[in-house]
Amino acid sequence: MLELVLFYIFAAIAVVSAILVITQHNVVHSAAFLGATLFAVAGIFLTLHAEFLAGVQVIVYVGGILVLFIFVIMLISVERAEHERQSNRQWKLALVTSAILIGEIGYGLYRGRDSLVLPQPIPAPVAGAAVAGNSELVGTALYTVYLLPFEIASILLLVAIVGAVVLSKKRTPAEE
Amino acid sequence: MVTTFHYLLLSAALFTIGVIGVLTRRNIMIILMSIELMMNAVNINLIAFSDRLHQVTGQVFAIFVITVAAAEAAVGLGIVIAMFKNKETMNINEIDLMKW
Repeated sequence: MLELVLFYIFAAIAVVSAILVITQHNVVHSAAFLGATLFAVAGIFLTLHAEFLAGVQVIVYVGGILVLFIFVIMLISVERAEHERQSNRQWKLALVTSAILIGEIGYGLYRGRDSLVLPQPIPAPVAGAAVAGNSELVGTALYTVYLLPFEIASILLLVAIVGAVVLSKKRTPAEE
Repeated sequence: MVTTFHYLLLSAALFTIGVIGVLTRRNIMIILMSIELMMNAVNINLIAFSDRLHQVTGQVFAIFVITVAAAEAAVGLGIVIAMFKNKETMNINEIDLMKW
């Protein structure tokens, strides 16, 4: 019961803030509501017993990506953009496309609802029983079975760092 | 009881909101934020199935998705800054150099 209440609270916060993200005129407000959505999604992760991912979500998304967004918004002047028309001319087409997408996902979920009856989550461990923590499980999987993808991900991050630096650095006179 | 269906519906709703944001807004920052929303929706799906199937694989994949999101944000915002230096705009309708 508590699980259901928590789920509905976090889901409502996530969806309402997500709608506000794409409807606000001021970009800073959008970023703030994006933060609310990210926190609510971290809460959803907690209800799914993924404590490590909830921590990663808050640290990486809210502490890293969102702060990066706000830095860029502060670097770039936003006064002019606020008074312009916010949506482009293709909004009717976009609504039709989104309606098709919703219909498609809904139809897929409706047809597949029988296969979604999965085993219920593991019952809470008996007190005193030695059960590996969530971070331990994820860490073990990352460093054994998924070691190669893990290394590739770190190379991807390195490439992204170099790319971002090259893209945004000033050109020296010698290069021009 | 919270079923997998609840999580899938939430994820579908967040993903669709992200798609609408990408398709309708003209501010490039909000388009990047909508992409982050879509990645979050995918993560909810992955972790819901990871929990229900008692397998940790979904969570490992969610970590990879977060990695890609971080890389995408870094490079995307670098491009936004480089573009703003050239064209002084965040409106994607005015960024049409490669439009046919």
